[in-house]
Amino acid sequence: MSEKFEVHEHDVLVIGAGGAGLRAAIEALNCGASVGVVCKSLLGKAHTVMAEGGVAAAMGNVDPADDWKTHFRDTMRGGKFLNNWRMAQLHALESPERVRELEQWGALFDRTDAGEIMQRAFGGHTFKRLCHVGDRTGLEIIRTLQDRGVHLGFDVYMECTVTRLLKDGETIAGAFAYWREQGRFVVFKAKAVVIATGGIGKAWKVTSNSWEYTGDGLAVAYEAGAELMDMEFVQFHPTGMVWPPGVQGILVTEAVRGEGGILRNRLGERFMEKYDPKRMELSTRDVVARSIYTEVKEGRGTEHGGAYLDISHKPGEYVKRKLPGMFHQFKELADVDITKGPMEVGPTLHYTMGGIRVEAETGAATVPGLFAAGEAAAGMHGANRLGGNSLSDLLVFGKRAGAAAAAHAKNTAALNVEQAQIDHAEREVLAPFERPNGEGPYEIHRALQNTLQSLVGIFRNENDLKEALKKIGEFKQRAATVHVDGSRLFNPGWHLARDLQSMLTAAEAVTRCALARKESRGAHSRIDFPDYDADWGKKNNIIVKESGEMKLRERPVPQMPEELKQLFAEDK
Amino acid sequence: MAEVVMAVHRGDASGGKTVEYKVPLSPGMVVLDALHYIQGHLSADFAVRWNCKAGRCGSCSAEVNGRPRLTCKTRMDSLPQDKPITVLPLKAFPVIKDLVTNVSWNYEVNRKIPAFSARPGTNWKMYQKDVDRPQEFRKCIECFLCQDVCHVLRDHGKHAEYGGPRYFVRVAGLEMHPLDGLSRIKGVRNQMGIGLCNITKCCTEVCPEEIHITDNAIIPLKERVVDQFYDPLVWIARKIKGTESGS
Repeated sequence: MSEKFEVHEHDVLVIGAGGAGLRAAIEALNCGASVGVVCKSLLGKAHTVMAEGGVAAAMGNVDPADDWKTHFRDTMRGGKFLNNWRMAQLHALESPERVRELEQWGALFDRTDAGEIMQRAFGGHTFKRLCHVGDRTGLEIIRTLQDRGVHLGFDVYMECTVTRLLKDGETIAGAFAYWREQGRFVVFKAKAVVIATGGIGKAWKVTSNSWEYTGDGLAVAYEAGAELMDMEFVQFHPTGMVWPPGVQGILVTEAVRGEGGILRNRLGERFMEKYDPKRMELSTRDVVARSIYTEVKEGRGTEHGGAYLDISHKPGEYVKRKLPGMFHQFKELADVDITKGPMEVGPTLHYTMGGIRVEAETGAATVPGLFAAGEAAAGMHGANRLGGNSLSDLLVFGKRAGAAAAAHAKNTAALNVEQAQIDHAEREVLAPFERPNGEGPYEIHRALQNTLQSLVGIFRNENDLKEALKKIGEFKQRAATVHVDGSRLFNPGWHLARDLQSMLTAAEAVTRCALARKESRGAHSRIDFPDYDADWGKKNNIIVKESGEMKLRERPVPQMPEELKQLFAEDK
Repeated sequence: MAEVVMAVHRGDASGGKTVEYKVPLSPGMVVLDALHYIQGHLSADFAVRWNCKAGRCGSCSAEVNGRPRLTCKTRMDSLPQDKPITVLPLKAFPVIKDLVTNVSWNYEVNRKIPAFSARPGTNWKMYQKDVDRPQEFRKCIECFLCQDVCHVLRDHGKHAEYGGPRYFVRVAGLEMHPLDGLSRIKGVRNQMGIGLCNITKCCTEVCPEEIHITDNAIIPLKERVVDQFYDPLVWIARKIKGTESGS
């Protein structure tokens, strides 16, 4: 292997330092592996900090009747039974212990009067189940994991972007990356790699996601031969800010509704009565997002094209204590005092249910040595994720993937990477500098965002999706000739040129899967196929690279054993 | 459409200058939007660090018209628009490029603080009134604005012997955790140099999370240092026993 580049060697390399990546790294360390964590941002800034409402775990501190079976049932129903049942089961069984563990590492959740962890109501959850810290639960979790990991002794490579996975034959053997700061290249040698890079929201215009959310992990895994699954299912969170324009898409936590917030249209109607009279504002996100969208589309939207979300009927002090972030966010960014009047909200792209296809128990992808956890992995949430199930997902499966990666590394002999792979990775990343001219990356990114926003949104149809696919093809051609100016020193244009490739891979995968699935289910709503289709309910869409082309396959949804099926007897 | 002139720092470790860009205004726009406009339309290699754009991650800190701020939470309409709006990098840390500084020193300080360590035999019961105090400190988003404004770092460059407000807040969060069993007071005095802080409260003023850094974190820690190291009775007892105080 070349010594031309900086080289680091670890048993386990974790890509991504959000909740899933950090939890995986901690577990791999616990298993005796040497661990490196690579992240695009500074440590502690990952998108997990944007998780506000809470972490779902059937602890029964507030509602003693809660148990894992109810949580499992809620998750499967929320995911419209497209979930990998085993993942949903493991998640429901293990999340309480994962939350208690955080407390033992120093996390300070809000408390009940009995001195237990406080839990709040959330959409689609039968009981009060979300352990939380006001509306900054994600920050508490990431800080706890960050400090735990630092003190256990993992090596962190901050502001470093992975552009390729390296292989020895069919086995993952490391990754090629560049330092965002200086633009120098790095070769990571590793016997196992855990992808924990989150989602792909930055490919859409209106999103709650940060710049990091470009699907790099999905793209490098796909390039390395891994299968992606359920890519048609991207979640539009019902409540993002809609005004002023600069803040459009910023998340308004579901905890506002969990704490009693009410949705109304311009006419003052509590419209959720029409769409889900039983669960009202605490219906699942797919339903609430579609409802708001429909109200606006049919002319009952607010001044700026959203719905009103009102919590001002609760005492002002209570609102400030339970939703301090929301209080400040609206006061400072929108001149709205949420203790006195309603917020204006509308759907914003928030989460990717699809991702890398993994084995339930281990997070192992379909390529040896490759693992995935958290939002980057598929299966857990099926066609729609319940709020609060993401923070628990990343704890449960982060731990499992970390342990499995460490075990894999222990049983793997020394690996070797051919120089040609590294040379190719280097040439690919440098190419935008070397073209004498060409389009800049920002123009193509804006065009992609507008296309997905208008053609691959909440409601889809065949014509739009075909048009989107055609445009994505054009963007790929434009991106292949992208040009950047300046040096390699902290150059955002250059960084985006690379991230754009990942977004285009993800966008194509989403669009192909959405076109194929001729039914409406969870977060995937087809105007031309508005109903459930029993056959499609038994199939997951799979994306894989074959002979240089993106190919679509189908795979049967794993069937639950009889004893778990019994839990849904009343559904029939 | 109305325009405003942004005067931003362009340059790297070897030096730089302020460059002016004209940026169109839109309702509710924040400074980070203006910086993104420069990046997306005028100069693609303009370096800015940011993430959530929602005041939650603390990445986009800079000095706006001379004041350390989160650019994602600073409204353009809160600034005078008849003259250029200046945006400079944090002064307390070395510039990498444009508005991006090298803040790695902060992570070094953090690494030296002993982690949470539960008292043996705890039953993990905690009441809200007991966690209210440390929860205030755990709101910190590590934007490092307090570090930037603190004159001990900013003007005197005492990074080698001082922890800075951010890490006093972190230590306070651990020390006041109802179930923590360690004392970090000796480290706060000796390695983190809390004595250098002369409570000018600049840190409290710039904190976007409105943490009462000076009153609730630094002063109580200073009091604990005094109790352990400067209490005359403890001093005499130490002389007699020949032991050192603190842990």
